[in-house]
Amino acid sequence: METTTEPGAPSRLPAAAAGRKARPASAGARGGRLRGLVTIALFLLPGLVLFCLLVVAPILVAFYTSTFKWSGLGGPPTEFVGLDNFTRLFANEVFLGDLWHGAVLIALSVVVQLPLALGIALLLNQRLRGRAFYRLVFFAPYILSEAITAVLFTMILSPDQGLANQILGIFGLDGLEWFADQSTVLVALFLVMTWKYFGFHMIIYLAGRQGIPKELTEAAQIDGASGWKVFRFVTLPLLGPTIRISIFLSIIGAIQLFDLVWIITEGGPTHSSETMAVTMFEFGFNRFQVGYASAISVVMFLISLVFALAYQRFVLRRDLEGATTVMRDQR
Amino acid sequence: MKSFRRSAALWAAAVLILGGCGGTGSDDGAGKSSAGAKVTVEFWNIATNEPLKTVFATAIKDFEAKHPNITIKNVPIENDAFKPKLTTTTQSGKAPDVFQTWGGGVLKQQADAGLVKDLTADTAWIGNFTDAALAAYQLDGKTYAIPHDIGMVGFWYNKSLFAKAGITEPPGTWAQFLDDVTKLKGAGVTPISLAGKAKWPGHYYWAYLAMRIGGLDALKQAGDSKDFTAPAFVQAGQSLKQLADLQPFQKGFLGAAYDTPDGEAATMGNGKAAMELMGQWAPSVQSSAGKGIGDDLGFFPFPTVDGGKGAVTEAFGGGGGFAIGATAPAEAVEFLKFLTDSTEHRKAVESGGVLPVLKGEDDAVKDPNLSVVAKNLSGATGFQLYLDQAYPPAVGQQVNDSVAELIAGTKTPEQITQAITETAKSE
Repeated sequence: METTTEPGAPSRLPAAAAGRKARPASAGARGGRLRGLVTIALFLLPGLVLFCLLVVAPILVAFYTSTFKWSGLGGPPTEFVGLDNFTRLFANEVFLGDLWHGAVLIALSVVVQLPLALGIALLLNQRLRGRAFYRLVFFAPYILSEAITAVLFTMILSPDQGLANQILGIFGLDGLEWFADQSTVLVALFLVMTWKYFGFHMIIYLAGRQGIPKELTEAAQIDGASGWKVFRFVTLPLLGPTIRISIFLSIIGAIQLFDLVWIITEGGPTHSSETMAVTMFEFGFNRFQVGYASAISVVMFLISLVFALAYQRFVLRRDLEGATTVMRDQR
Repeated sequence: MKSFRRSAALWAAAVLILGGCGGTGSDDGAGKSSAGAKVTVEFWNIATNEPLKTVFATAIKDFEAKHPNITIKNVPIENDAFKPKLTTTTQSGKAPDVFQTWGGGVLKQQADAGLVKDLTADTAWIGNFTDAALAAYQLDGKTYAIPHDIGMVGFWYNKSLFAKAGITEPPGTWAQFLDDVTKLKGAGVTPISLAGKAKWPGHYYWAYLAMRIGGLDALKQAGDSKDFTAPAFVQAGQSLKQLADLQPFQKGFLGAAYDTPDGEAATMGNGKAAMELMGQWAPSVQSSAGKGIGDDLGFFPFPTVDGGKGAVTEAFGGGGGFAIGATAPAEAVEFLKFLTDSTEHRKAVESGGVLPVLKGEDDAVKDPNLSVVAKNLSGATGFQLYLDQAYPPAVGQQVNDSVAELIAGTKTPEQITQAITETAKSE
């Protein structure tokens, strides 16, 4: 059982055994290696079992139930429908809308939110009076729970008596309808997401920036590089790994976005802010079509999986070089 | 060896955690009475607010005092969280011993799955309740739950705002109603408050219009044939579109929730809108979410439509009741009987938390607004359950969704009848 956890091990056994005959001196080392593997396997076992039970098994169950028409009530599903749920799903204009909203939010995050976070991070890296205070203030929204953030902003952006419209009123401007208007809801939602999450990205950029040796920027400055050129050719390339990871986290977050949307708009008005996770919840818990909801969760899972793998393969490749997960010695 | 022991301990912990997840159903699970022995009855309700919260707590104490061997485990769950929680529990193939239900399509699904007890045989008990109150729980000639509350939807209006617009009496027909909306707008008053985000308040308009145009039969027929493309439903959509085209709703209504400080009830309760179409609970929510408008508040039934088949005395609404889990002990029935007997239920009615469901209980209603509703209900010549409960859940939600799209102007009356039909056929 121990040996099966390490695919490379069985093939190496004969060679090692042969080696033992030739050089009896290494027998102790080999025994130590085997013991090491046993120890690793035993340490892995509890985590692996929990991972299988709580992560792998539910995923497989979702794949299974997604091929049934099932209300989720009274025992296992019986009405097999094949890929019917999926064909229905891709003909559903609400779901196609979900994909579009996801794409818009991802694009806005990468183009607006992350550069903003980067800018503020670099600003807060300068010598600045009250720097620690600003860092704390900008990071604070990230600590709030999604639910509290959502409730807070439904109040601030309320079309009738909200703070935002009151302030606009002082300047003689007409209040917006924010979440209540189909054309502004997605942008308003993105505003809330930015407020909530930019602090997190700012902190990782800040950490990344502080990992860049001072000598490099100083050397560039001595060579006569302007501030912009230092940023463009020294800071930015060296921040690359951090930026790539933050883009990754931001996109995965946008694909799974649920809490904020559910509490603020429930996907409305008329589905114009609905995300995949909201549609899934709606079908699973309000319409009792658990089979169909499973199909949505499977599509979400596949999108996330394909994206994560492709991103690691093509974008994070250099950053992962030498990391333990690459198993350099196996190549 | 140490790692073995450690993993064993982790295993044990994992099993405990998983075991804990599955153990939320009834503890004994035996479907028989266990006379003398200690029995626990789990009671799932949505009474997280006063006055019902206290009414139930007191009732449980009284019941336990009379039956020392029975313990009632009171599990009050917030309304919106209740349905997902019950769904998760029933997925394990079990239902709580006594649990809140609204009847209709959801209860039917649960009954079909063998999760609830069939109470039809106890005719003496069922005979105590009014027909309107029982309607929601009687499916295919069988009774699956006992009513505890009943109510209906109608227009709640602000008398002083009506007077301001020069309207002397509530409208009796849809044409007069549209006329009054125009008058209110002309007087600078927001005619109607609506919670567009919540969707369900919008479906009341479409459902009532369909009832008034096609009659109760049209709704029943559509439910049976799964076809909502009949002219009555298209006309209902057209009439509702006429109203929406007048732009009668408050600013930002598409994003408004029902009971938040800037929601439908608060807008009405703060005197910023002249009307809302809402159930019997409207006055209490108006004064908890907003200030409440006191004596200015009035009630009129949904107007008739010229040439329509429905009568003004046909009511649209629903209530709340309790079903008993299929595996519940006999003591669960005993508890529910106690909760719905005339003395105990009268206390609940007197508290203002529920309306009469027992025959001859009308005089217990103290609140003047609720008393109007109770009178309308006892004089009702027909009763239609909320569509999102009468039909299977998916159809009900589609009705809510589609009507919201109609009101927002993104779908036509024909398109929504097609969308609803499509969902109904796929069920």
